[in-house]
Amino acid sequence: MHVIVLLRMVPDVVEELEIAPEGNALDLDALRMILSESDDHALEQALLLKERHGGRVTVLAPDAPEVDDALFTALAKGADRAIKITGLDASLTARGLGHACRQVLASTPGLMPADLILTGAQAFSDLDAVIAPLLAYHLGLPHVGIVSHVSVNPAAGSVTVLREYAGGVRAEFEVPLPGVIGIQSAEKPPRYVPVAKVRAAMKSQKIETAGVPVMADGGNALIQVTGMLKPEAAGHAEMLEGSPEEVAGRICDILAARGLLQEVR
Amino acid sequence: MGAVTSAADVSCPTSLGDLFQSEEGRKVLTCIQCGVCAGTCPYGDVMDYPPRRIIAMLRAGMLEKVFSSESLLACVACYACMAKCPRGIRLTEVLLPLIKEQTLLRLPELPAELQKALQNTLRYGNPMGESSRKRAAWVKTAGVPVRILAEDPRPADVLWFVECYASYYPRGQACSRATARLFDALGANFAILGNEEKCAGECGRLTWEPGLYETLMDYNMAVFQKYQFREVITSCPHAHNAFKNRYPLLGFNWELDVTMRYFARRLEQLKPRLTRKLGYTVTYHDSCCLGRQNEFYEEPRALLRALPGVKLLEMTHHRINALCCGGGGGGMWLDTYYKSKGYERLSERRAKEAVATGADVLAVSCPYEVSRFEDALKVLGQDKKMIVRDVVELLAEAMEV
Amino acid sequence: MEGGIWVLAEQWRGRLSDVTYELLALGRELADGLGVPLQAVLLGQGVKELAGTLGAADAVLYADHAGLNSSLPEPFAEALAQLATSRKPRAILIPLTNVSAGIGSLLGERLQVPIVNFCKEVLLKDGRMEAQCVLYGGKIEASIVASCEPVIFGILSGGRPAEKGRSAAVPAVEEAAVDLPASPVLFKRFVEPEAGDVDLGAQDALVGVGRGIQSQDNLELAENLAQALGGAVCGSRPVVDQGWLPLARQVGKSGLTVKPKLYVAAGISGAPEHAEGMREAGLIIAINSDPGAPIFNLAHYGVVGDALDLLPALSEAIQARKG
Repeated sequence: MHVIVLLRMVPDVVEELEIAPEGNALDLDALRMILSESDDHALEQALLLKERHGGRVTVLAPDAPEVDDALFTALAKGADRAIKITGLDASLTARGLGHACRQVLASTPGLMPADLILTGAQAFSDLDAVIAPLLAYHLGLPHVGIVSHVSVNPAAGSVTVLREYAGGVRAEFEVPLPGVIGIQSAEKPPRYVPVAKVRAAMKSQKIETAGVPVMADGGNALIQVTGMLKPEAAGHAEMLEGSPEEVAGRICDILAARGLLQEVR
Repeated sequence: MGAVTSAADVSCPTSLGDLFQSEEGRKVLTCIQCGVCAGTCPYGDVMDYPPRRIIAMLRAGMLEKVFSSESLLACVACYACMAKCPRGIRLTEVLLPLIKEQTLLRLPELPAELQKALQNTLRYGNPMGESSRKRAAWVKTAGVPVRILAEDPRPADVLWFVECYASYYPRGQACSRATARLFDALGANFAILGNEEKCAGECGRLTWEPGLYETLMDYNMAVFQKYQFREVITSCPHAHNAFKNRYPLLGFNWELDVTMRYFARRLEQLKPRLTRKLGYTVTYHDSCCLGRQNEFYEEPRALLRALPGVKLLEMTHHRINALCCGGGGGGMWLDTYYKSKGYERLSERRAKEAVATGADVLAVSCPYEVSRFEDALKVLGQDKKMIVRDVVELLAEAMEV
Repeated sequence: MEGGIWVLAEQWRGRLSDVTYELLALGRELADGLGVPLQAVLLGQGVKELAGTLGAADAVLYADHAGLNSSLPEPFAEALAQLATSRKPRAILIPLTNVSAGIGSLLGERLQVPIVNFCKEVLLKDGRMEAQCVLYGGKIEASIVASCEPVIFGILSGGRPAEKGRSAAVPAVEEAAVDLPASPVLFKRFVEPEAGDVDLGAQDALVGVGRGIQSQDNLELAENLAQALGGAVCGSRPVVDQGWLPLARQVGKSGLTVKPKLYVAAGISGAPEHAEGMREAGLIIAINSDPGAPIFNLAHYGVVGDALDLLPALSEAIQARKG
């Protein structure tokens, strides 16, 4: 089976995020980018499906700083083909990307048909939309998002997925293929790939590029960020300081004052 | 047994395929199957394939079975087997890393903590996953000036390679502050790489990940070559290992030492300043890298004996027989895995020995050991009876400002 | 009723979730500020009687269709699109929860109108709606305006107490017809979480552990504290994903919402997905080694430090205090 995985780079929050001088965007120079966590899970799920059912995995990602690393890592993990989408505006939103992907999927040879298109269920930078349902909408394909389990029914030409709701409840759906699935978490945590393998992939494999035929705007003009700030936190916690023993003592005082240290019956 | 110190490993094979092309590799075949390696290994009783069996499997053409086993996850790279091998086979440095590399390629799943540590080291230059931009943050609280070469690139006498735990962990930072004070007291012309510094990578090499190690070596060598200095002094024995054994292959040719020895060699100069009476009974834990691997047994003891009011006691296993804290070879990030297998924690085994001496202080000289032994003492409920201090911390403590 | 503010009532498995009332409270403020009606939109099959609790709105628009029984976003988005096309609301507020996930995105694309996600607040500034959004796991706040209407706002839960959106008033209910295609996706069944040994919802005290606990080993420290407090241990998603705690102990967006008297958050960053599940706890004490962790904005008391040191210290202190 052919699985396409859409990967995206998002700001790495291990580093301090800085606001650009204009005050309504992140300072891109201060930023490091990392693969969006649920996209990493989507890739892992695709690789698991390939291991179980054979076939190939194509990874697709819009151009961004450090994306080459992510694509070569995907190849080293077992993806068969990596395509970088170029010519997109740096400020492209999720909606714009949805349009761009539709064009790239249609115009890049050998990409479609695919049996499954996987992507992360949500990225914490997606201000204007969630991409999985949009992609399905544009492609006219069935979709289920927030999925934590995927199994293939080869005879029926469908996949069975578990989608998450609230309170730990999940629902089982059958999705006819081809379809789009938004992955929340793969069945196993994303695998490790030795650095030597990634370095080998960098030497022996190539990342293809695909330009977008028409400059996709869809969504860019619809919303405008007027300001950005790092929350000072209205209602910040009262911070307790000192050695662990001192802090523990203070907390006991606080709990006692609220009657929370009653003996349990 | 003789010294296990090794000069730059030009004779060392870098892959299993090259094993028999090199002298050290061929030496593996001189094994007499005596089993001293398995007997002295701290986890020898839980390993399916201790070194003796690995070599037997190699001879029988059955290495694939070894690669498919999780056995090597129990190797903490403590050099005990290598130190005791009557044939002088460089097990820990030559054979075991190659086996580990192949094992990692076949492991269906790496233990999560270890995976995270390796990924973090690649991405952020430290296993904790902290921002590289915060690596030199501790300098602000050092109490003495600490020059960062990126800000002030004038030549230095000493390049102090601080390393990860000493930069990011509170206990490590305490030791770094002590080290800085000592350098300052000696009037040394020293500087650090600050945020440009990344893990030396030694734990990658002995921990299954030569590719990670190479990436870090390439990076660090490029940074070294930007600056001028005479000597590299490091707080981390593992980094010392790396610089001594592998970095020369990439051109590392500076003088090299560890902070403990640097200060021990200047004890006469420091002695007049060591005026605070400590009154501790101390037992010293020989770290694997400084002890068995380099035979730096006397220097830390001389240093400790020079501290006013300090009495030195030895544990049952000391010097070449010291018991590893369990942090090497990836062990630092495998505690959950070991627990799941029901293995006793090596740090607890060793901490019990330390407590048995009746000493107040367990003195160490490797950053891993501070957190591992403090943890172990807590678990054993002995943390009020015994504290853990780096030798350098004790030295600074004895020195009145 | 044209030009109003719409709130999508979150109807799932025949019940309305609390977040519906939070959105009604927000919607009421916007509607009053703009001088327009507030309309609750209730979609489902055979759930008309739920409209009775939506009295905070001026009216309820109800559409009944078998396709709205599906727990999937596509039918809901399509139904809303049809209703909105003829009735032209100015804004549509949709909860950002697992249940309603995707509806806003599909609706906005279908109508070719602006969508703004991660809203913790929507304010009126000079008669214009401005959203305050939370990005990057809580590390950045952004102000957003839209270029045209209707605007689809994806609203995070926890912005207002649900009580503010409840009313004894009985609203007028208008029924409307929608035309929905058959869904290609087949619902098979719901999978309930395994009955946990512990009912988190019944606990007075919870100790929540996150990634900062570092390894499964250290859970013991949290267990000890929970025992000392007479409560139980729960965890954020990453901890459950790793298998350190069972699914039944997960607190947050995909897990449980809890309101204990005391919640000690150990090594939890406080990203919205988890915060959603515990923000209404009576007293929140957070321990995290990162002084910038968003949990400190949520907690009443905070400690910057290593949970692995503080948990045992706290257990000991409590045992000593209890005597």
